Amino acid sequence: MKTDEFVSLLATGTDAVDTRAPTRRYVAAIAGGTVVATVLMALWLDVRPTLARDATLPMFWVKELFCVALAAAGVFAVARLSRPGAAVGRVEPLAGAPVLAMWLLAVVVLAVAEPEDRTDLIRGVSWTECPYNIAILSVPVFAAIVWAMRSFAPTHLRRAGAAAGFAAGAIGALAYSLHCPELDAPFLALWYVAGILIPTAVGAVVGPRLLRW
Amino acid sequence: MTEAEDRLRDLLVRGQAGDAAAYRVFLKELTAHLRAFLRRRLSGLPDEVEDLVQEALLAVHNQRHTYDAGQPLTAWLHAIARYKLVDLLRRRARSDALNDSLDDAVEFLAAADSDAADARRDVAKLLDTLPDRQRLPIVHMKLTGLSVAETARLTGMSESAVKVNVHRGLKALAAQMRKEA
Repeated sequence: MKTDEFVSLLATGTDAVDTRAPTRRYVAAIAGGTVVATVLMALWLDVRPTLARDATLPMFWVKELFCVALAAAGVFAVARLSRPGAAVGRVEPLAGAPVLAMWLLAVVVLAVAEPEDRTDLIRGVSWTECPYNIAILSVPVFAAIVWAMRSFAPTHLRRAGAAAGFAAGAIGALAYSLHCPELDAPFLALWYVAGILIPTAVGAVVGPRLLRW
Repeated sequence: MTEAEDRLRDLLVRGQAGDAAAYRVFLKELTAHLRAFLRRRLSGLPDEVEDLVQEALLAVHNQRHTYDAGQPLTAWLHAIARYKLVDLLRRRARSDALNDSLDDAVEFLAAADSDAADARRDVAKLLDTLPDRQRLPIVHMKLTGLSVAETARLTGMSESAVKVNVHRGLKALAAQMRKEA
């Protein structure tokens, strides 16, 4: 078939396209993924019984804000990397900013702490579970985001997959934070970030395969 | 330059809204720009240019809902053309052939080439490999030019099923092109 004929084939009988449909799909994917991750956390790990008391502590809200900021940066990255030709230069710095802020806070906390307390501040009581729990809670969110992303046209597949994993990890961390007993910055700076980096790395690996078009 | 961009963007936006005549002009003009862009970068694989022009056209068509009227059209077109080009070179394991700067989105509309070579791959044959439920709606609607209602009557499908199957069929066609190439 000649290219002119092919052009004619494509143009003939074209209908209006809904340019907002993919964005609606993202809203559904992220809202649905968040709900599923939270329900999964509640059934599998239980909401922390002392959550109401924790909520009176400023550091609890720092932890929540940390997760929300990471999730927002992740969703921004996902949205940008989904559209061909959109500006994607600020995607990584934006995702790194909350991490950097938490690292700075962690350094300050460790610096002013008694030397014998430092190991506990870093390990808490749950360092062996935290990253894995976050990674597991991110699975339904990751699946939902990839489903939505496939209706867009990402052109940097590895970065797009990593962004999907990062956003899913941050939302998984947000869900996990309602179970997690830890409130110290060094713990969050290390294990929360590690938990989010697991799906990010997985996303970078599987992105080119799942997202190609 | 910006005049060409404004014009093409207007045509595409009207096409997104369902104006098939404007969309046809958009695709025609885009073809020449795509050909110039790809021919310059595929100097090592000249026989592949026209196939890739068709593949990129289909990609633009299948992804036309992802163009946001607020973003520069050149950046959007360039990203799609570049994606298809890199994809082809990767399949050929010829990323070394990619020595030209690929990041000149602003220049995308500067060149046009209406000298079509023959495509090596026959889209009509690829179309035949699709299952009937996708192939027939495409043949009736897009080759014969029948309406959705007529196609629905001929195939016994509902009108929305006809639209969905045209959409899915063109996506499947894109996957076939990738596999064949």
